[in-house]
Amino acid sequence: MIQAQHLTKDYGLFRAVDGVSFRVGAGEIVGLLGPNGSGKTTIMRMLTGFFAPTSGTCTIAGIDIARDPREARRMIGYLPERVALYPDMPVQGFLSFIAKVRGVEGRVQGAVDEAMEVCGLTSMARRQIGKLSKGYRQRVGIAQAIIHQPQVLILDEPTVGLDPRQIVEIRSLIRTLSGLATVLLSTHILPEVSVTCSRVLILDKGHVIAEDSVEALTEKTAGRGETLVRVTGAEADVVSAIRGTAGVEDVEVLERGQNGMLALAVTSARGGAIRSHLVRTLVDGGWPVHEVSPRLMSLEDLFVDILEQAGRAERGA
Amino acid sequence: MNLTIRPFLALLGKEVRSFFASPLVYFVAAVFLALSGYYFYTNLNAFITFGFGESIVEHLWQRLFSDIVRVVITVIPLVTMGVFAEEKHLGTVELLYTAPLRDFEIFAAKFLACMAVFVVITGSTVLYPVLIYRIQPFDLSSLLSVYLGLLLLIGAMVSIGVFLSSLTETQLIAAMFTYGAVLLLWNLSWNEAAVPGDLLGIVTQLCAFDHFEPFGRGVIDLKDVSYFLAIITLMGWLTMRSMESRQWRGRR
Repeated sequence: MIQAQHLTKDYGLFRAVDGVSFRVGAGEIVGLLGPNGSGKTTIMRMLTGFFAPTSGTCTIAGIDIARDPREARRMIGYLPERVALYPDMPVQGFLSFIAKVRGVEGRVQGAVDEAMEVCGLTSMARRQIGKLSKGYRQRVGIAQAIIHQPQVLILDEPTVGLDPRQIVEIRSLIRTLSGLATVLLSTHILPEVSVTCSRVLILDKGHVIAEDSVEALTEKTAGRGETLVRVTGAEADVVSAIRGTAGVEDVEVLERGQNGMLALAVTSARGGAIRSHLVRTLVDGGWPVHEVSPRLMSLEDLFVDILEQAGRAERGA
Repeated sequence: MNLTIRPFLALLGKEVRSFFASPLVYFVAAVFLALSGYYFYTNLNAFITFGFGESIVEHLWQRLFSDIVRVVITVIPLVTMGVFAEEKHLGTVELLYTAPLRDFEIFAAKFLACMAVFVVITGSTVLYPVLIYRIQPFDLSSLLSVYLGLLLLIGAMVSIGVFLSSLTETQLIAAMFTYGAVLLLWNLSWNEAAVPGDLLGIVTQLCAFDHFEPFGRGVIDLKDVSYFLAIITLMGWLTMRSMESRQWRGRR
């Protein structure tokens, strides 16, 4: 549905995006993840036809945006990074303006009502946009993006600046929309992609440095064979008992909690296969076991890891 | 309705509505009408005292309308300053650039919306000639020509303001530059003695006053009409280049 080929964008001498290629299939929710300044917004602006790439092409639903920008833009709903709305306009008036500009065919009022309904704005229809809370303004931003029922939704940092409750609401709204459109969203907040997206593109300094499904990325980190153990007991005894278990290579104390609860990271060359032995050791020792689980790297760790790898590869080259 | 023109009409409608929904236009209109009313009263007074029986075109309308142009110059920057600068400041210009609209349509909608404001404001000055006409009928053709000239002059000045607004995010900067530009354009040849003879021809060709003045005499010359249309075209072209600059500047 979205196809980017060798997208490159130069701002003067600065190369903001460097040869980025990716595809987003119909119905997917894909996250563009990267630190600020990694080229997320620039990529989205090229996809929406806000400006043209220095080189490379973008195709939206088979339409080359450089060749037929008007037709391609019709397919796209876009939430810009800084949600830009006219503060003096009422919600309803603004949405009906956008519907007409976006070329909604047939009944504009029907499209406006539907978008307000989906985004939970019906009660705010007559309110001036400038007087809405930030969460509602974000909803208006999303409503204007979906009003013409686009096949492709491009959302630039849709949850930035919202409070936790609003973030949850907007995320579930985005998931609702996934049935209706192909979604590409950008974020620098890692949990966001695991909650909303099916696939992730990780960007750094204008390059895609990793691309995978959220599960696969998480699995990669689990593959190191670390096991997390939470157990109550005397530290020295527990550690030496675990060390004595067949297959265990190393034990690291992560946390010493209250009431003698310990969190331990157990490393083994045999990966998760040692977990049943571990449990037996601990139960035999009479220590209450609270948790034995594969130790997943958080996405934060993962991200730092990938960036470091990319950095090493660069220096090696 | 033709689907390709609908987005343009929607934008034009939004521009016009946002002008008339904001208080600014009413303040501008109030000041404009108060001043032009005062000029009408004083010019009429002078005409009755000193010029009665002489040409009403030369002694009343020409003078009145050159006074009105002065007021127009004062208020034009206030109307045009926001058209792009405000959208750039709010970021809403990104919505326009990513909508199925051509850059030309965006310029045209902004330009025509400003013109709509001025058609309403200057249109209400028709009251003055109507009042006179009821007391003393006179030749209407010269009056129609002066209104045509005024429309073209305002069009040229508005296009300058729209272009300058597209260069900045700050409305006041757009307003100040517009004020400077339109005032200079109007006054370029005011002191003919200060301009060396061989330059004078060029200066008067460039000066808006010299091209507006024949309309006030009831003379519609293709040369003058095309002067104003050329300015509008040039400013439209420049505005589109300015809109395109997002391509290489990477900014709104």
